[in-house]
Amino acid sequence: MLFSAHQLSCIRSHKTLFENVSFQISAGQLLLVEGKNGAGKTSLLKLLTGLRRPDSGEVHWNNLNILNSESDFRSHLAWLGHQNPLKEEQTALENLILLGHIRPRNTNSMISALKTVHLGHVKHKFIKTFSAGMKRRLCLASLLIADTPLWILDEPQAALDKAGIALFEDLAEQHLKNGGMIIMTSHHSVNIAPEYIQTLKLGQESQ
Amino acid sequence: MNSFLTLVKRDLLLAYRSRGEAFNSLIFFGLVILLFPIGISASEKLLAEIAPGLIWIAALLASMLSLDNLFKEDFHDGTLEQWALSHHSLISFAWARLLSHWIITALPLIIIAPMFALSLNLPTEAIGVLIISLLLGTPLLTFIGGIGVALTTGLKKSSMLLPLLVLPFYIPVLIFGASAVDVSADGWSAAGQLYILAGLFVLGITLAPFAVATSLKVSVSQ
Repeated sequence: MLFSAHQLSCIRSHKTLFENVSFQISAGQLLLVEGKNGAGKTSLLKLLTGLRRPDSGEVHWNNLNILNSESDFRSHLAWLGHQNPLKEEQTALENLILLGHIRPRNTNSMISALKTVHLGHVKHKFIKTFSAGMKRRLCLASLLIADTPLWILDEPQAALDKAGIALFEDLAEQHLKNGGMIIMTSHHSVNIAPEYIQTLKLGQESQ
Repeated sequence: MNSFLTLVKRDLLLAYRSRGEAFNSLIFFGLVILLFPIGISASEKLLAEIAPGLIWIAALLASMLSLDNLFKEDFHDGTLEQWALSHHSLISFAWARLLSHWIITALPLIIIAPMFALSLNLPTEAIGVLIISLLLGTPLLTFIGGIGVALTTGLKKSSMLLPLLVLPFYIPVLIFGASAVDVSADGWSAAGQLYILAGLFVLGITLAPFAVATSLKVSVSQ
């Protein structure tokens, strides 16, 4: 498994956010994208998922362009943006079942995923009663039931408390140990063993 | 297929849990039809004459009013992005969403339409045709409208753009729908109009989901 970006650049309303961004990660590696607000972190992640087309450059999964119709990239990807894709009028378990339908499933049960993120006791409660941190943890639970090696996460720690962040770091490290890959942005320092981590800094050349 | 049914089930469940909103278009439909006779203080004969057009216009406006919510929530909470990036096709997402939207907003309207038709003194022979024309026409309104909504979902201010985009395409449906009811109220056969509506219906439900899926892809990539 190999995920690589070649000479990516992104132009938003006549302003170059970044250009010539290249990197390569393989199984068991985490790419931490850093940069100040407006440096184009979210835009870069959207290019990497294929939601948006790069203005130049290519993104490859196993040496095949992800926009190629023969690429099986999408069934290996779990994406989590800065919004939580949850429905207020549904319970935690109902939301998780729905998210489970979107991505390929692994053998983890929904209940055990909910217990892992400490939401087992509220699985039948409506999302509208949840705090922002609980919603985020529920989204993380959706990653645990997906059989996808590549996680692309936009600020996964947002809204999480200290225990929540530690929980996320545990889950991420476990995923990396199992041969997964993670690409994420963060404003916090990430407490994961440094041998897994590569860092990509955005928005420095333009200064 | 499995994810299609899950989506339809989700939408019906969500609509059931927020029943108040789901009935908005039904209430609007009823109000337009009930206020009309008061406004024009009409005789039974005049009412029977305008009934086909009135019911159809009310149905069209009610369906346009409800269009706005079609993809808005899924777009804003990121669900749409998730589906766009999944290994499922967005076409089945679009199909499921349009179908459940039709069930939630248009089906109740078709069920109570005969009652309003009677209150407007429409001849009873025409009521069967009214129901058939609505059954063929309202899915078209939803599916054509869906293309416009999918195109404008990503925009911040689009209140007038949507009606401008979809109204021209609604007009043939309105013409043939209302005219089918009209001619059958006069005692003629409405087969011609209904065949044309049926043709448009088949075109709409088979081709519109492709356009909707493509427009949604454009909307999420902004």
